[in-house]
Amino acid sequence: MLQVAEVADSPGGWEPFLPGIIILLPLLGFVVNGGLALSAARKSSNAVRAGHEFDFFEGTTATTHRLPTWVGPGVMLAAFMLTLVNFVGMLGAELHEPIIRSYWTWISTGDLEVAVAIQLDQLSMIMMMIITGVGFLIHVFSVGYMRDDPGYPRYFAYLNLFVFFMLVLVMAANYAIMFVGWEGVGLCSYLLIGYWFSDKEKASAGKKAFIVNRIGDLGFLLAIFLLFLVFQSLDYQEVFRQAPDVFVYGGPVVTTVALLFLVAATGKSAQIPLFVWLPDAMAGPTPVSALIHAATMVTAGVYLVARSSLLFAMSPLGSAAVAGIGVLTALFAATIALKQNDIKKVLAYSTVSQLGYMFLGVGVGAYTAGVFHLMTHAFFKALLFLGAGAVIHSVHHALHRTHKDCDAQDMRNMGGLRAHMPITWITMWLATLAISGIWPFAGFFSKDEIIWMTGAMAGAENAPYSGLYTIYWILALATAMLTAFYMTRLMVMTFHGANRTGVKEAEHLHEAPRTMWIPLAILSALSVFGGWINVTADLRASVLGGFGLLPMSEWFHHWLEPVTEAARAVQEANLGELAHSAPFGGGEVMWGLISTSAALIIVFGTVRLFGKREVTVAAEDVQPQGFSRVLYNKWYVDEFYHRWVVDPILTTSRFLWRVVDATLIDGAVNLIGNATRLAGWVGSLFQTGQVNTYAFFLTVGVLIILSVIAL
Amino acid sequence: MLVESLVLGGLIFAIGTLGVIVRRNVIIMFLCIELQLNAVNLTFVALSRYHGIEGQLFVFFVMTVAAAEAAVGLAIIISIFRHYQTVNVNHFNLLKW
Repeated sequence: MLQVAEVADSPGGWEPFLPGIIILLPLLGFVVNGGLALSAARKSSNAVRAGHEFDFFEGTTATTHRLPTWVGPGVMLAAFMLTLVNFVGMLGAELHEPIIRSYWTWISTGDLEVAVAIQLDQLSMIMMMIITGVGFLIHVFSVGYMRDDPGYPRYFAYLNLFVFFMLVLVMAANYAIMFVGWEGVGLCSYLLIGYWFSDKEKASAGKKAFIVNRIGDLGFLLAIFLLFLVFQSLDYQEVFRQAPDVFVYGGPVVTTVALLFLVAATGKSAQIPLFVWLPDAMAGPTPVSALIHAATMVTAGVYLVARSSLLFAMSPLGSAAVAGIGVLTALFAATIALKQNDIKKVLAYSTVSQLGYMFLGVGVGAYTAGVFHLMTHAFFKALLFLGAGAVIHSVHHALHRTHKDCDAQDMRNMGGLRAHMPITWITMWLATLAISGIWPFAGFFSKDEIIWMTGAMAGAENAPYSGLYTIYWILALATAMLTAFYMTRLMVMTFHGANRTGVKEAEHLHEAPRTMWIPLAILSALSVFGGWINVTADLRASVLGGFGLLPMSEWFHHWLEPVTEAARAVQEANLGELAHSAPFGGGEVMWGLISTSAALIIVFGTVRLFGKREVTVAAEDVQPQGFSRVLYNKWYVDEFYHRWVVDPILTTSRFLWRVVDATLIDGAVNLIGNATRLAGWVGSLFQTGQVNTYAFFLTVGVLIILSVIAL
Repeated sequence: MLVESLVLGGLIFAIGTLGVIVRRNVIIMFLCIELQLNAVNLTFVALSRYHGIEGQLFVFFVMTVAAAEAAVGLAIIISIFRHYQTVNVNHFNLLKW
């Protein structure tokens, strides 16, 4: 089906193995599952129309249930295997230039030539590994989690479609194809957030995500237009080749491009000011939150910045804006997470906060660190979400069995679950330690590097906004402490203390089934060891690097070098050498020790102190007072947007509708119509039906014409 | 001679037109239409003396058409009369919206 029109020279003599098939496999899954979903829907709607009592589970047999169970995760496994083969091949190839496969021309008009082309390089390979690998685990988890859902095939169809678009996004070789993937994942996100569309609240959460994302998409489009205007091309390679000559360092055009891309990224990656959709996106099924709203789609903004690293490196203002947005979002979301009671809401704000870290990383020019945190975050946040899914699954079943009407996602209704779900408990603790930045878990190495690089940037020789970066550094450290607290609070409220589900309900609590806990176990291994592939040189030689004993350390840095070296060269030429100590002295090892021990103290202290506290169940709880109330209500951001953005737009729209459209425009149209009818009515008065009258008018008419001619 | 002929033709035509407009009897109106046709014929003949034979040729055409018209017209009048038992044109006012 695919015809390789042009095979680029592959340096190192390595040929990628079926790269196009990796993208097509999830699409195949979508087609198969989608077909099943449609046929199942037709069957049920026919039954309902015929007046039968329709049991949704009656038809959950071979076609609607067993087939998606194999097809959905199956295509993901195949895609992952193919990616793995290519990854291993690339490991040995020492690529310096990306490999580009161009299939056919998509748009050809005037100067604009857009090819459907994919690009394989170190960055897209890492993203593909995350998407297919973590994606596969989440698909497997979904088999258990969504087992009893009537929309089972539809769910897998959407999930496969999402993976397809996500792969398009990261494998694209130009900005136009990337935008296709960018929009596609937005669509799938909308479909999956509103997956239970019969619930109005969930449907409108999907709508909100879509609309907020559109604002960001506008930025993306404008950036693409601007790039095309400057370079007459949208290919990454072409743009990056010309950029150092065409753009002036810190010039207005490159800064505009960077800022427009930042707008796009804040939409997709849920940063201030467009982060409001992500917490609402938790309305979707929990594995969806794990895949789309934690591990992959929301990191697209970080990927965009890392992919365009050269452009951002050339715009110190743009980079500082990225870092500033990132660190502010990190802190802001972390404060909100302190006071949330819905387990998924805490994780949602935590995700926003961690995404802020990634933005800080790519904003201070530490593109490797940003992508590295993206990867470790994909591991531990997917694990946390899946663990939360297992908890919700269990609690929901228990409440369902005893017909107790209370919220299965509210941590105030949980407590003491560790006795019932030991595997979930242990794996989630591992993820919590990882996200809290405790050595030697994955999150420590990635987060520490970002914070360190922020400090190094603050002390760089010719750093612009040096004071600003010092502030970023302090905020980033503070946020790390908050992270440790709110995550431990989540664990304590969920798993420790006394059980609050009720005595009858507690009997029904159960450990997650095998399809659910095996992905948890694999992800927890990744959360523990995943950080060891990128230990910086200073850390490596010290106690924190096991005195050079950790295998593979610094590997990741070298791996991404071909992608980031152009940006680094620009940075070095303009900023000079980065500082070798934090803003207030101290080396990387010292600050690593400080942050990990501070996080440890907070985790222990929270378990000790918070564990003793009595938690009131949701039904009897009241809103907290004072500043806690502000945090509990999420700083009233949604209310603020409603008051100052949504309402004015609605009022304007209503004015345009009622006054301009309904009154003025419709009025004018109706006036013309009525005038014509009136004239017709007057004319019809002359039409008496009497031949004589007609003859009279005929004669008069002839006389008039004759007299005109004669005169 | 020409002027007298044209004045006569004009007068007859005017009488015919007036008859069509003011009379209510269909037969009379029909006669008036014949009057108009023949007024035109008279004019044609008078003018053909100065402009060539075509005028007289046209008269034959007009007379042919008038004969056909008379046949169709009378048939219509008879069927109207059978329907309404009258030939007063005031009763036939279906020719409107």
